[in-house]
Amino acid sequence: MSFAPDVSHFLSGMILLLSFAMLYQDRLPPLLNIFIAQSLVLALSITWQAYNQNEPQLLITAAIEFGVKAVLIPFVLYTLIRRLKIHRTVETVVGIGPSMIAGMALVGLSMALILREHAAIGGTAREDLAFALSVLLLGLLMMVTRRNAVSQVIGFMAIENSLVLAATGAKGMPFVVETCVAFSALVALIVIGVFLFRIRERFDSVDVSILDHFRGEQP
Amino acid sequence: MSALLNPAGGILLVPLIAACVLAFIRNYRIASWINVGAAFLTLLAALRLLLWRPSSLGSLLAVDDFNIVFLVLNAIVGFTTTVFAKGYLAHEISSGHLKPWHIRYFHPLYQILMGAMNLALLTSIAGLMWVQIEIATLITILMVGIPRTHESLEAAWKYFILGSVGISLALFGTILVYSVAQPVVGDGLAAMTFTTLVAHAAQFDPDMLNLAFVFILLGYGTKAGLFPLHAWLPDAHAEGPTPVSAILSGLLLNLGIYAILRFKMVLAANPHTMAPGPLMMMLGLASVVFAALMLYRRSDIKRFFAYSSIEHMGVIAFAFGLGGPLANFAGLLHMAMHSLAKSGIFFTVGNVMRLKGTQKMAAIRGLTSSHPLLGWTFVAAVVAIAGLPPFGLFTSEFLVVSAAMQQQPLLAGVLVLGLIISLGGLFWRLNQLAFGEPSPNAEEAHGPLWPIAVNLSLVLLLGIYIPGPVALWFQHVAKLLG
Repeated sequence: MSFAPDVSHFLSGMILLLSFAMLYQDRLPPLLNIFIAQSLVLALSITWQAYNQNEPQLLITAAIEFGVKAVLIPFVLYTLIRRLKIHRTVETVVGIGPSMIAGMALVGLSMALILREHAAIGGTAREDLAFALSVLLLGLLMMVTRRNAVSQVIGFMAIENSLVLAATGAKGMPFVVETCVAFSALVALIVIGVFLFRIRERFDSVDVSILDHFRGEQP
Repeated sequence: MSALLNPAGGILLVPLIAACVLAFIRNYRIASWINVGAAFLTLLAALRLLLWRPSSLGSLLAVDDFNIVFLVLNAIVGFTTTVFAKGYLAHEISSGHLKPWHIRYFHPLYQILMGAMNLALLTSIAGLMWVQIEIATLITILMVGIPRTHESLEAAWKYFILGSVGISLALFGTILVYSVAQPVVGDGLAAMTFTTLVAHAAQFDPDMLNLAFVFILLGYGTKAGLFPLHAWLPDAHAEGPTPVSAILSGLLLNLGIYAILRFKMVLAANPHTMAPGPLMMMLGLASVVFAALMLYRRSDIKRFFAYSSIEHMGVIAFAFGLGGPLANFAGLLHMAMHSLAKSGIFFTVGNVMRLKGTQKMAAIRGLTSSHPLLGWTFVAAVVAIAGLPPFGLFTSEFLVVSAAMQQQPLLAGVLVLGLIISLGGLFWRLNQLAFGEPSPNAEEAHGPLWPIAVNLSLVLLLGIYIPGPVALWFQHVAKLLG
């Protein structure tokens, strides 16, 4: 066992661990803090991949990841949380026990799917893909268990983190994809920002469940 | 400059340049005209590409028999939609439903959307295709939110959440495909190029390829509105502006299916992978039956036809899942016919809503007696979408059913049942909407009907007679799909 894969697995494992930590946070500021931590570890992981795969252009991806997901978006979301005065709101999340168990089941599933003896995938990509799939499924779990628009957005960005992890773990993945994932995060932010502000304007709340009252189906 | 000389440059550059120009034009009337002009130029460029197909377009783009069909279709529907949108927006503004600042960015967004869809079809790189579909999704989300009502915001938010989850799953699938291809093909673009993937697919790890396809199917299946991933679709169709509904149903759903088919071709080239057919047939049949039943409970006319789109996407997914030259041929024909007919339906519905001032079906009655021309156009459009002769959807549905009879008689029975239920739903509503005592009108005049006529006459033409070269060409593509 050499040193290089160990480091990348350690970082991927950290990302997965932070995903678990996000699952049970019931207030927005700590949730956002953990998301920042996850993005930081992800940026580190990309930097390591850049060094390890000898692909300097991955450093740009790392920089974008750091700038957008660890600084810019959290800053905007903090501002938003303060402005909407929802930083003290306790969100009803599915209990810690059930969500942890569901999370572990999902991680088990992704390991079972990807970590098989004979799967022919090059380099460290196989383990990274398994971690990425776990983070992706945990992000999905978070999105379905939350009702607050801000935490759904954070769940979505955790999914994007997992995609970046998978894309950078795959050796020599064309550069096009990497920048575009980071870029799409930015675009998503614009969209999200527009939506959140409008939702606030219209409903005086960011609780998505309120949206459900306006079903177009009712006569 | 080489991009300009590139034969495919036109269909990519015209929307791009038009979008840049339109971003600076404040007057919506002028913007509408430029939009129509740009769409017409794109149509010409697409026809040129059809007639003089270049042999090579560089490493990123490729024109083959498969995507050229959809490029031309995109250009036709894109053009007729701009013409419809011009009248629609002018009326919405004069009637006060929308303010000019609401649609300030409608036209540039429309052009970027067209450009993104064209590039998604034209590119031979899986990653680039994904990026374009993502851009198209983001733009349609913004467009659905244009009316800024409670309902449209809810619809856009729902579309955003489901659409981005879908698109994330599709990207994960794409990365998985790259990861299985990379050890065989080598690093870089080659392991993302569809032709290379198909050529080397036999050496890929079959299990991982299966896993990748499941992600692709769920991800792009969300974009195509297949049951049970359809929840965003009726809301987005009903609450967004009507030209956006036409584009969503006519073009964007097709793009989801197109992406799935590209990857299905890779899967088909590896003998050890699972057969993707049963999965697609299951999703398809579930969509058909579910949407057919849902037709009966609808009270909103746009939502009603949105469910009909889910049904047709189900028929298409079923046809390609069935596989074989006949079913693939039918699937391709159905995609083309559905996008022409359904965009035509939404143009008609836009005009009907303008007359009656509502989209509640209970308030719309007796169209044929109050406005014979519009009323009978509406009847023709519904007959076309219901899959009755002499329209092209009859031909394609008939072929799907007969292919299914040969290969899977039991499933064919379920399909026919679904089709009959939806036929009943459509005609039950058509009877109320088009015949009987007319309901009061909010306005007397409706917009121009010729964009509808263009779409429907193409559907009619291909229903009556499919020219030899066109048939040969569809057959060739059907063979490619395996």
